Amino acid sequence: MNIVVCIKQTPDTAATVTVEGGKVSWGDAPLVINPWDEFAVEQALRTREAHGGKVTALSVGPEAAREALKHALAMGCDEAVLVSDPGLSSVDSLVVSKALATALEKIGGVDLAFFGRQAVDSDTGVTPAQVARRLGWPALTLVAAVPALDPAGRTITVDRALDEGRQQVKSPLPAVVSVIKEICEPRYPSFMGIRKASKATIPVWSAADIGMDAIPASALSWPEVYAAPRMETKVEMITGDSADVVAAKLAARLMEEKVL
Amino acid sequence: MATNVFVYIDHFNGQAVSAAWEIVGAARKAAGDLGTGVTAIVIGQGIAGLADEAIQHGADDAQVVEAAALKEFRVEAYASVLSKLLKDAGADVLFLPTTGRTRELAAMVAVDLETGVVPDLVGFEVKDGKVVGTRPIYAGKLMEKVVVATAKPQIFVIRSRVFPKPEAQPGKKGTITKTEGGAGDARTEVLGYKASDVGVSLTDAAVIVSGGRGVSNNPKLVPPAEITDEHQKEVWRAQQGFSLIRELAMVMNAAVGASRAAVDAGYIPYANQVGQTGKVVSPDVYIACGVSGAIQHLAGMRTSKTIVAINKDVEAPIFKIARFGIVGDLFEVVPALTRELKAKMGK
Repeated sequence: MNIVVCIKQTPDTAATVTVEGGKVSWGDAPLVINPWDEFAVEQALRTREAHGGKVTALSVGPEAAREALKHALAMGCDEAVLVSDPGLSSVDSLVVSKALATALEKIGGVDLAFFGRQAVDSDTGVTPAQVARRLGWPALTLVAAVPALDPAGRTITVDRALDEGRQQVKSPLPAVVSVIKEICEPRYPSFMGIRKASKATIPVWSAADIGMDAIPASALSWPEVYAAPRMETKVEMITGDSADVVAAKLAARLMEEKVL
Repeated sequence: MATNVFVYIDHFNGQAVSAAWEIVGAARKAAGDLGTGVTAIVIGQGIAGLADEAIQHGADDAQVVEAAALKEFRVEAYASVLSKLLKDAGADVLFLPTTGRTRELAAMVAVDLETGVVPDLVGFEVKDGKVVGTRPIYAGKLMEKVVVATAKPQIFVIRSRVFPKPEAQPGKKGTITKTEGGAGDARTEVLGYKASDVGVSLTDAAVIVSGGRGVSNNPKLVPPAEITDEHQKEVWRAQQGFSLIRELAMVMNAAVGASRAAVDAGYIPYANQVGQTGKVVSPDVYIACGVSGAIQHLAGMRTSKTIVAINKDVEAPIFKIARFGIVGDLFEVVPALTRELKAKMGK
């Protein structure tokens, strides 16, 4: 199987994120592979282990995003490619999806493209479906399990976690699969993997290299970013001699304030 | 009146999602500011009644695309139908509620029409004839304002429970236009559904009762002798804790939530997880039982209107965002609250 896993580099979720001079800043916090994408890498590796083939990690981002790709290599991906171009910085998902779709076409012969469900910085979660749409492939999103994969018959069956329950869907290959954390537990990079990744050369493709001679303009613009307003809540502690007294007081307060 | 604000009515098997009418209300507000009307779009099979409901909730008219091939929601087919309809109508704005279906539907329509899509909207204003959306980023640590500046329609996917649900006006009428549609290029096959055992849906719930790591912390509970493994003992204790939480949830018609710590420890399925890597919720009341209040949990529930925290540890960060706090043993307080509310609500 020819498998690609699309990843993004994001600030660590524990980072203190602030706005300085109208720009987002995460101080000295490390940049990491988007946590959701680790599940996608793991699922890609398990698919290779079960069915053979190779896994290529693909990212669109600045030069520094190499580090996220190295993490994917250290986990066990065979190859990595970085699409990096000054024209692709600060663009919206419409443009990123075009770059990813074009890069997937350049890689060629891809059977499955795995994604994490969303990136923890922009939190949009629309890129997997947009890449699928551009390629004309089915989008299998919010995937919690892959009960069947038949490379010879060119089909995949997935369980999707929807609000109303689990939906089982059968799809032809190639397909885009975006995963949620229920699907697997990502492995830690092995010592050998880290050594291999540190020596790996990661090709960098410009927009022109993937055939995107004219980078389309983003449809979105972001006039303002600001720190979320702090909520001024003053906690009212409810005390009493017994659990029953406390419970009665709380119920009364909730009803007084018409909360219930 | 020419209508250029469109609202997509999301439904599951012909039943509108509860946020659908909230979004009609939001569209009404935007249309008022833009000096235009609201058209509801309903796609599926056996869904014509939703058009009347949408009009009663505030839409001026409705467009219905019905076909046997559209019975199951398959995003590729729905996106093709929706894109064509919006293009033909020269739509300026499209609003959708946030569900597992609509995020990708909106994403695909944006590709078809080469326009911008803004998910997880928590507010908007109309400025210079454009909708300026507000949405959280970095798990709610920051907010951004977003405009679909250079293309149309401007597509916004709006979070549940942000806008009030408008009252239905029985008997309100509007023009309903019906057109034919097909499965188009959908090549997937829906094999079936397994209903979720989550109970009341977390994202729709007005009240959520949530449990954290603390639900296993009751040394007085003695696991059955056949459980020898220490972790299994802990899980068993946690399940007793969650059954108390479920009883309270039942009385309040509430959904059951959990922290990541509780899910990772195997106490309860991931479907119940609230937080940055789980569900983002905004109920009227959020009762956190034995939840310490890690940043990643707060990211998923901080916009709840009233937060009640029950925790043994007075230093737990959850008390910093709570309206009401109880320092105590959830194994005593939760059942007492269940009894009290049962009596008060006459159940």
